[in-house]
Amino acid sequence: MSDTSKIEIRGLRKSFGSNEVLKNINLDVAKGGVVALIGPSGSGKSTLLRCINLLVTPDGGSVRVGDTRFTFGEGTKLPDVKTLAKFRTTTGMVFQHFNLFPHMTTLQNVMEGPVTVRRMARADAEKLARAQLAKVGLAEKADQYPATLSGGQKQRVAIARALAMEPDVMLFDEVTSALDPELVGEVLNVMQQLASEGMTMVIVTHEIAFAREVADRLIFMRDGVVVEEGPARQVIDNPQEAATRAFLSHFHRTGALPPANAAP
Amino acid sequence: MYQWDFGILWSYRWLFLNGLGVTVGFTVVIVVLGLVFGLFGAFGTLSRFRAVRLVALTFIEAFRCTPILVQLIWFYYALPILAGVEMTPITASALALSLYGGSFYSEIIRGGIISIDRGQSEAGAALGMTPSQSMRRIVLPQAIKRMIPALMNQSIIQFKNTSLVSVLAVPDLVYQSQVAAHDSYRPLETYTAVAVAYAAILIPLTIMVRRGEKRLAVGE
Repeated sequence: MSDTSKIEIRGLRKSFGSNEVLKNINLDVAKGGVVALIGPSGSGKSTLLRCINLLVTPDGGSVRVGDTRFTFGEGTKLPDVKTLAKFRTTTGMVFQHFNLFPHMTTLQNVMEGPVTVRRMARADAEKLARAQLAKVGLAEKADQYPATLSGGQKQRVAIARALAMEPDVMLFDEVTSALDPELVGEVLNVMQQLASEGMTMVIVTHEIAFAREVADRLIFMRDGVVVEEGPARQVIDNPQEAATRAFLSHFHRTGALPPANAAP
Repeated sequence: MYQWDFGILWSYRWLFLNGLGVTVGFTVVIVVLGLVFGLFGAFGTLSRFRAVRLVALTFIEAFRCTPILVQLIWFYYALPILAGVEMTPITASALALSLYGGSFYSEIIRGGIISIDRGQSEAGAALGMTPSQSMRRIVLPQAIKRMIPALMNQSIIQFKNTSLVSVLAVPDLVYQSQVAAHDSYRPLETYTAVAVAYAAILIPLTIMVRRGEKRLAVGE
């Protein structure tokens, strides 16, 4: 699988002080694959996600996205800021707390990457940004500031902002955890649509029903190790490990996705 | 009962105006230079490199924690002996006041930058920005808005601090009024007028700052 995979992680280790949060993690994501990372808080799933675009620098192991591979650990040099920046243009990330730029309108938020990083002409960037906003169903909010939007709308803008870089991979870090329950559906719908278009996605989530529906693989992590991994439906419907069963018992695993209030 | 006679000051009007010009001009110079030092100081304390942080911190604390009057005298009298650099009173006091102001500006600028949520620069980095791009495009535009009231406040203090350069015989408003007071034997009228002159310039400025703060608070 490693020949055709889009993301390949080998022997990844990370500690914060004396706290070892990732212990020898291996992960492959196929091109167009959707992987859901689940697990209790403190299990290391967000740290693993942040290691994929190197927002967190691993202590050891290797990370490959597409054709670019970085190796970490004894005797390796940390990549310089330019190399890192270039690497990150191929991955889009969406955060739990949106992290929209409050001093820019929605349109400017989405244009920022193409203009500043890709050096696109403003007119082209605007066209691209408007298309991405339309894709997440927010074309009419282009000239509003983030502060005037609902949580679900903010998160959809954040997805459009990441997509405007036309990345190969999208990383989602608990993107519905800060939302009011009735706003979760509109964000999940956008993500589901992206998955159906063949985007390679890694999703850290607590939405088990969504993971079952949209992800093709599921990884359950606890205390910095992968406890169980497999096809999403199989792991959720029939977990093999006791720890996975215990964790999943807290959730409704099936059922319809939360309804979307504003269909994109 | 003291007999006030402000009329006597009229004959010294050119002296006062001259002094006021020096005071205002001097303030402009030390505010601009101070902001430059402050910017270096702030980015120094936020540097990835320990040595740079240490140098910046030493500079800031040295100037923040010693009295400006001592610094002025030290720059004019002690530095020539130690380093062999002769300085005119104007150069010495401009340098001392700029560095003194710069140490306070540093802390204001640093505070403004670190007050911006980490998620903002992370979002910039995730888009593929270099640290300097995300500083310029994302962090600074938000931080500057928060810094402006404090920077204005510090500049007002700097304006008043220029009165100390009279000890090095720089012909500012206070120095010229000393001349006028000795000449007219009317120190009460003279220094009252000087105080009024400082206040007349600063009170409109403080009102502007207060309005600015209110406007920024609405935008939050």
